[in-house]
Amino acid sequence: MRSKAKADTRMGQRAGWGLKAAAGFGLLFLNLPLGFILLYAFSTDERSFSFPLPGLTLRWFGVAWGRADVWAAIGLSVQVALAATVLAILLGTVAAMAMYRFRFFGKESITLLILLPIALPGIVTGISLRAAFALGDVPFSYWTIVLGHATFCIVVVYNNVIARLRRSAPSLIEASMDLGANSFETFRYVMLPNMATALLAGGMLAFALSFDEVIVTTFTAGQQKTLPIWILSELLRPHQRPVTNVVAVFVMAVTFLPILGAYYLTRDTHDASGTGK
Amino acid sequence: MSAAALPATASLGDRISRYFYTRPTAGLLLLLTPPLLWLGIIYLGSLFALLAQSFFYVDDFSGKTVYQPTLRTLAELFVPVNLDIITRTVAMALVVTLVCGAIGFPLAYYMARFAGVRAKAIFYLAVMLPLWSNYLVRVYAWKLMLAKEGVITWVFGKLGLGWLLDAVLALPVIGGPSLSVSYIGTCIVFVYIWLPYMILPLEAALERVPRSYIEASADLGARPRETFSHVIFPLAIPGIAAGSIFTFSLTLGDYIIPNLVGSSRPFIGMVVYAYQGTAGNIPLAAAFAIVPVAVMAVYLAIAKRFGAFDAL
Repeated sequence: MRSKAKADTRMGQRAGWGLKAAAGFGLLFLNLPLGFILLYAFSTDERSFSFPLPGLTLRWFGVAWGRADVWAAIGLSVQVALAATVLAILLGTVAAMAMYRFRFFGKESITLLILLPIALPGIVTGISLRAAFALGDVPFSYWTIVLGHATFCIVVVYNNVIARLRRSAPSLIEASMDLGANSFETFRYVMLPNMATALLAGGMLAFALSFDEVIVTTFTAGQQKTLPIWILSELLRPHQRPVTNVVAVFVMAVTFLPILGAYYLTRDTHDASGTGK
Repeated sequence: MSAAALPATASLGDRISRYFYTRPTAGLLLLLTPPLLWLGIIYLGSLFALLAQSFFYVDDFSGKTVYQPTLRTLAELFVPVNLDIITRTVAMALVVTLVCGAIGFPLAYYMARFAGVRAKAIFYLAVMLPLWSNYLVRVYAWKLMLAKEGVITWVFGKLGLGWLLDAVLALPVIGGPSLSVSYIGTCIVFVYIWLPYMILPLEAALERVPRSYIEASADLGARPRETFSHVIFPLAIPGIAAGSIFTFSLTLGDYIIPNLVGSSRPFIGMVVYAYQGTAGNIPLAAAFAIVPVAVMAVYLAIAKRFGAFDAL
């Protein structure tokens, strides 16, 4: 890298001030707003978003803690995310194993089908499910939310697992079978330990995705409130703005940790495959 | 392998394994059926339900959906009011895509060509960080900042540029009483939310430009500026096209951002949401939802010509 930079200098190609400023502006633009969310959670201002803040307080964390509706929304979100994650892990893993192991007619269209729920805008997925529920007279329930979430979570698990399978050596599986293990034992003692972190990472991402989702959920939830729906309704018709600010910080933390965890779990394998080549 | 060759002690697991080993198709079916059933019935089924609904209509008097195939709901899209909504959404998607390109390009270019190992890791994290944060929370952050009493007005005031902000807000159509209730505000938030989707494929495309090409161009006497416009930029176009697919498509389908930040003039997503909800007109909502899909089909065909699919 250093020699590269030197070569650039020799050719008279260093980043100009204009480019540096533009890149810096881009970074600031992307990250500054997150700081303001954190800052406003401590504001004493109840009515408006005035800046500079009139004062700092920790009071709203306590108020938010005591709010039953916030806890109910968190509870529903966690339950939905858990169910959606379990379904996605089961379906995504078997799909990845099938797509890895076999070659067959129509394989490409199946890949497309698995990717479609995140390739199409959320609103299309949402209104499609809504249209289907309307045609089938399905009443809104906990399960209608899970149904929608699992559908777009499958692809996250699928992507993680198939990426890991493609990197692992097929000779391991063959060796296991040669040594007399049957498919179940091979899966339990060879494939599963190999896939474990990919599964965990996929599961964490699926959980975060589901915990965050709002667009599809607005079409499949009816009157129920997941945490993002609660936030959305507070944004549309504010009741107590400081509580919303605190919940926003909470949501940011909750989705951030699993994603960071998933990143660390899969990071080493990326390095390993990179050095191996 | 015949059953007779099995040792007498073969466990159930062995037998099952052997069965599927000798019949790979059965194994494939066993693995693939559950996810295919799920996606096929729930997802594809729903997409067909959406398509089907757009051919039904809601009776004006009873307010009930009439399940008879007709084109009148789809024809309603071409009423001037609805055409306005479609044009407004597509225009916003185009502007957002252009601004994302303008802000994203220098960042991606710096990242790909000038940043060292450590700086690149920091850049990468800084681009992913907002992408990983909650979507609603990020929109909310801009609601805080764009408010009339918020930080942006304060910064402009401190810089002595309050008059500039007022002048921009006084512009017809794109202006408004404050940034958070104007098209400018909507556009800023859209750009902020979708910008990482533009930067990532663009950076990847720029990184793939072989160093030898740039050196060859310099050896042949091109000035850096010429190398940029004749070598680097043309090779980055697939990346721009790939990024623009995301920014364009995501803006077309979003209904929450224009609902929370902006003048209350409707976008496609907002009418889809409104018609399926309180208005109870699912056929018209379905018809509107087909518009982004159709526009995207055209857009993807164009993007493909620019090599977008090679850069995804």
